[in-house]
Amino acid sequence: MSAQTTAPALPVAKPAGAGRTAEWEIYVASQWRLMWWRFRKHRLAVVSTVIVAFFYFVALFCEFIAPADPDKLSSSYRYAPPQGISFFDENGNFTWWPGVYGLIPSRDPETLRITYTPDHSQWYPVYFFVQGDRYKLWGIWEMDRHLIGLGPEARDVPFFLLGSDRLGRDMLSRIVYGARISLSIGLVGVALSLIFGIILGGISGYYGGMVDNIIQRVIEFIRTLPTIPLWMALAAALPPKWPPEYVYFGITVILSLLGWTGLARVVRGRFLSLREEDFVMAARFCGCSEARIIFRHMVPSFLSHIIASITLAIPNMILSETALSFLGLGLRPPVISWGVLLQEAQNVQTVAFSPWLLLPGVAVVIVILAFNFMGDGMRDAADPYGR
Amino acid sequence: MFQYVIRRLLLTIPTLFVTSLVAFILIQLPPGDFLTNYAAVLAQMGERISDEQLRALQEAYGLNQPVYVQYFKWISGILLRGDFGLSLEWKMPVSQLIWERMGLTLVLTTSTLLFTWLLAIPIGIYSATHQYSKLDYLFTAIGFVGLGIPGFMLALVLMWIAFAYFGQDVGGLFSEQYRNAPWSMAKVIDMLKHLWIPMIILGMEGTAGLIRTMRANLLDELNKPYVNAARARGLPEWRLILEYPVRVALNPFVSTVGWALPGLVNGGTIISVVLSLPTAGPLLLRALQSQDMYLAGAFILLLGTLTIIGTLISDLLLAWLDPRIRFE
Repeated sequence: MSAQTTAPALPVAKPAGAGRTAEWEIYVASQWRLMWWRFRKHRLAVVSTVIVAFFYFVALFCEFIAPADPDKLSSSYRYAPPQGISFFDENGNFTWWPGVYGLIPSRDPETLRITYTPDHSQWYPVYFFVQGDRYKLWGIWEMDRHLIGLGPEARDVPFFLLGSDRLGRDMLSRIVYGARISLSIGLVGVALSLIFGIILGGISGYYGGMVDNIIQRVIEFIRTLPTIPLWMALAAALPPKWPPEYVYFGITVILSLLGWTGLARVVRGRFLSLREEDFVMAARFCGCSEARIIFRHMVPSFLSHIIASITLAIPNMILSETALSFLGLGLRPPVISWGVLLQEAQNVQTVAFSPWLLLPGVAVVIVILAFNFMGDGMRDAADPYGR
Repeated sequence: MFQYVIRRLLLTIPTLFVTSLVAFILIQLPPGDFLTNYAAVLAQMGERISDEQLRALQEAYGLNQPVYVQYFKWISGILLRGDFGLSLEWKMPVSQLIWERMGLTLVLTTSTLLFTWLLAIPIGIYSATHQYSKLDYLFTAIGFVGLGIPGFMLALVLMWIAFAYFGQDVGGLFSEQYRNAPWSMAKVIDMLKHLWIPMIILGMEGTAGLIRTMRANLLDELNKPYVNAARARGLPEWRLILEYPVRVALNPFVSTVGWALPGLVNGGTIISVVLSLPTAGPLLLRALQSQDMYLAGAFILLLGTLTIIGTLISDLLLAWLDPRIRFE
């Protein structure tokens, strides 16, 4: 089964006239262009790609996009509910400018819980590109502009678009900051497991024989181990005194130590089938070196598959980090990741009174779904025999 | 067939050995041991423990011996006497702590597996035979969402809804009065009443995946000429589908039994922690956090064994279903 058998026969000569017909374009399109055309047809996958890109954009510029410093405490607004955006000012007149109402705290006489009601007599307009808390973009440039905020005049006014947590920190800012850690851990983890996977899977598939046998047994063994108890055990082994960046790195290594098997299998499978292809044989007869055969002839023809597999592996990594941190075995505060944020939502009673604590989970679900759809679309596009 | 079974059974022995080794290495990995942890906790409470006392404790628990001696003692105790050692935290034999929990884990996983199949196979068949119908789209959508939502998130949300809107605490497997009661018929019935929520949460992901597999497999089969031939001969449609294509489509299903069982044990660990089920997960988490090594080791070993047995069962089932496998 080679790609040639299914590809349409090449026309003998270029059709007459300068008009490049659509048909002609298909014949001369590169492999990547064909894939892009196919991917484009998968509507859901395209939308998902936009969503994923949006989340990564937010993660990249989280300091700017977050309305406030995620660690800023405000003791007078604990567990404040999300403030709705309102287009009616304090006099009840309609305005074209969005704004928020102030919050009045009051204590429930029976349960002694503090509840907040919107104060309709105070209306603060929401501005874009306003001055707010100082931060360092990417730890380099000192800035104080934020995408949205109430401006410097209303510094003490509560601005919690997605509510606030136990210590009165802004949930929106925390979710935005959490995106950076949660989304990057998937990338770093997959990059690590890809290195393991390509090297071991490549060796296994290219050389075959004894080496292949050993590596396959190791993969099988790792796959028979129950992953989550194993993660838990490995994560519990991280010294509690480590600084956050070490823990972050440790967690990614743990995730990729067990995650490489899937990618290794894909790489091996592709190598095995490609090794028998005519064009590889031809290259070998032409006297190409091993390295040239692998990197010039074989890798390009399975690269798209690998990319699709990677896309499907990233959400698993994100999910694993979230699960581990949620259990208290992964990242720990003061690091902000979605899993760490969800830890606050472990107690049902707390969640029942402030359900917005579950919002980081919504972010997780959206990203996971988007990644899955995107990977699905890519896998279909990369498959030359697909429908 | 016989030869294959023997070979497959023999292969599990080294796997089990390596698993036990991994389990032991894992419980040795954390820096310090239970006693340093214990001393730290005591120090926090303002109590001090003398070096002599520590050494005596070390002696008593065998913590001062070389690692391989500790491993040998540990594994021989398990194999020869079924003795998993002493839980350092609970001050009682590990075997007293784990069996009930492992049993409940097994009950939960098997019932989830059955539930998953009972749901996924008919839906998969329906989806494939009624491709692009409204219900097919609905099942596809549910399937994708089911695959995307992490189980523990679903558990959290369901618990919240049950608590906030129905005033019910859905956590646990037993009602208050049965929690510490000895086993009886009433307790079993009570457990069955509680079992369905974790079962649904745990089974959701697997069900969604299996529906997709079943649908795809069956769709591949339905287009084959033999189906048309059978139809041309006037076989009733339901018999035609159930008798041939479904059987072929079920084949890859069986090969996933091996993955399904470990997958459920895996997913179950976190979901059990969220729902505070009296299964292996929460106790394992606690044991890992307090470095109660023998308890943690026993759980990891048993969960690993469960997984290996699951893979074994699926391999044997597959060999029985598909003769080609045996001769590989």
